[in-house]
Amino acid sequence: MSAPAAPVAVGTTIVRRKPPVAVRRKRFLIAVANHSLLIAAAIIFLLPFVFIVLTSVMTNAQALSPRLWPDPFAWHNFTDVFAKAPMWRYALNTLLYAGLGTLGLLVSSIPVAYALARMRWRGANVVFLVTLVAMMLPPQVTIVPVYVLWAKLHLVGTIWPLIIPNWLGDAFSIFLLRQFFLTIPEEYLDAARVDGCGEFRILTTVVLRLAKPAIAAVALFSFLFCFNDFFGPLLYTGENSAHWTLSVGLSQFRSLYQTQWNLTMAATLIVMAPVILLFFFAQRAFVEGVTLTGVKG
Amino acid sequence: MSAPAAPITPPLDRTRAKRRAALRRRGQVLLFMSPWLLGFTIFFGYPLVMSAYLSFTHYDLLSSPRWIGLANYRYLFETDQTVWPAVKNTLWFIAIAVPLQVLFAMGIAIMLSRARRGVGFFRTVFYLPALAPPVAATLGFVYLLNPATGPVNTVLGKLGIEGPLWFDSPAWAKPSLTLLALWGVGNTMIIFLAAVLDVPKHLYESAELDGAGFWLRLRCVTLPSISPVILFAVVIGVIEGLQYFTQAYVAASVAGGSASYSAEQANTLGYPQDSTLFYPVLLYQQGFRYFNMGYASAMAMLLLAVSFAVTYVIVRNSRRFVHYQGAMR
Repeated sequence: MSAPAAPVAVGTTIVRRKPPVAVRRKRFLIAVANHSLLIAAAIIFLLPFVFIVLTSVMTNAQALSPRLWPDPFAWHNFTDVFAKAPMWRYALNTLLYAGLGTLGLLVSSIPVAYALARMRWRGANVVFLVTLVAMMLPPQVTIVPVYVLWAKLHLVGTIWPLIIPNWLGDAFSIFLLRQFFLTIPEEYLDAARVDGCGEFRILTTVVLRLAKPAIAAVALFSFLFCFNDFFGPLLYTGENSAHWTLSVGLSQFRSLYQTQWNLTMAATLIVMAPVILLFFFAQRAFVEGVTLTGVKG
Repeated sequence: MSAPAAPITPPLDRTRAKRRAALRRRGQVLLFMSPWLLGFTIFFGYPLVMSAYLSFTHYDLLSSPRWIGLANYRYLFETDQTVWPAVKNTLWFIAIAVPLQVLFAMGIAIMLSRARRGVGFFRTVFYLPALAPPVAATLGFVYLLNPATGPVNTVLGKLGIEGPLWFDSPAWAKPSLTLLALWGVGNTMIIFLAAVLDVPKHLYESAELDGAGFWLRLRCVTLPSISPVILFAVVIGVIEGLQYFTQAYVAASVAGGSASYSAEQANTLGYPQDSTLFYPVLLYQQGFRYFNMGYASAMAMLLLAVSFAVTYVIVRNSRRFVHYQGAMR
């Protein structure tokens, strides 16, 4: 990490056994090859973003031509998108879904994960195993009766079928939180018990404080899942455009308004932007969270 | 960890107090568990049973379900001409796109672990596309790869190569979706990177002393050490492959030209020529476009059987590839 200081140190102190010239040259060449490959891959990964950005500021005539650089820059495309489609409404619906959904998911999943990880009771392992199975099965398996249920409650056409289930626990979050709660040393909990704390106090004062990174990761994942979700919003809000989320609105954008690629790309960027901004604000939580799922899961 | 230490024989009233405490404790567990007990019952247990029942009925949401025995399954396995293409598409994706994704993520992670400079920058670049909302990313790729004015074919044309029709060609639609999947491989890459950086340094050093070159070290040190993560990535990939829906749906409807939400235009699903008609897409079409909910339930049962087989294998083997830090399993 601290690269600048390294070469000096190498030059002065480690005079002892230098590897032979051939070996050093080979290592150097491998490093060069490695970095060139990385740079090439990075360019390929960035190019789609570049083209999307460039097209989003082209005029329609130019977007339909083979020229790749915008001339002139049509910045008004972004305001045009808001004028053509009710983007603010989509954004509000998305925020409601992601916000209320994430809140409910945390409130309901944390106690469940705690009970599974830290309260000893018969059947905890069975319930945990069943939770694992629930986590791994495709949502399509149960979707028909769930849809019928919401249809009977006359809630199809609203975002409530997306939000309400989050308030009754989420298998993946329960799993992730349980795994993290297990790593908290027993001594902390025992100390709280000796002080006369009940399980609820232990959860709110000790565990929540120690599990902050895991909870942040779960909240982040949940928010992103809701923001990106397409299957659920398509299913439940598809017929009622007043309740569309950004992902449904975007998927319909091109055909519904007979619009052009340049506006479509501007809309695409508008939908991507919040997530990417969120990433730069919470980069550490992202990377740690993803690693958490990989190591623990 | 240790059982509650109570070897001293307690007096009678103490046992009663203890029993009351145990009861209170059980109530507390129940309280803590109640959201999930409810959620699991309403959104998982009940629908599972109901799905099994509906799969033996004809049901269109308007009239009540009518028992028709095995007719749905017979239609599913014998008559329906679209099921086999859908199964084949899904298998294609699991057999080709998923392994490519894992290899690609692993390759980038290994290169990244050897980089001396700019690790943070590269990591961000490779991770960023994974963040792009699937609908937005798909829309972007449909534009990039559109055969008429898309930048990719424009650039290929300047190099003297005639680009394929991508999302408009039955042969290239799935490879295009695979490219999209490879672009969004960031999550897996981060997990691999953490695993590769976790491999003990002394293993490499002793391998080097024994004269092992790059490939030998990769094969004999890196790969065995990160094998749990490889298995994990494959498993997650297969599970996601079984549910692959959003990208296929959006690509087909946007490239097919009529993304609008109405039943008449349901036939753009799978565009072109059913080449992107994956199993979940077909299930969606049957259940929520045609409202053949009994038949969709039968399809769901088949998906359940396949997923259950996969899940079973994972849970059975989980002890071998999941390393818990705590004492409890």
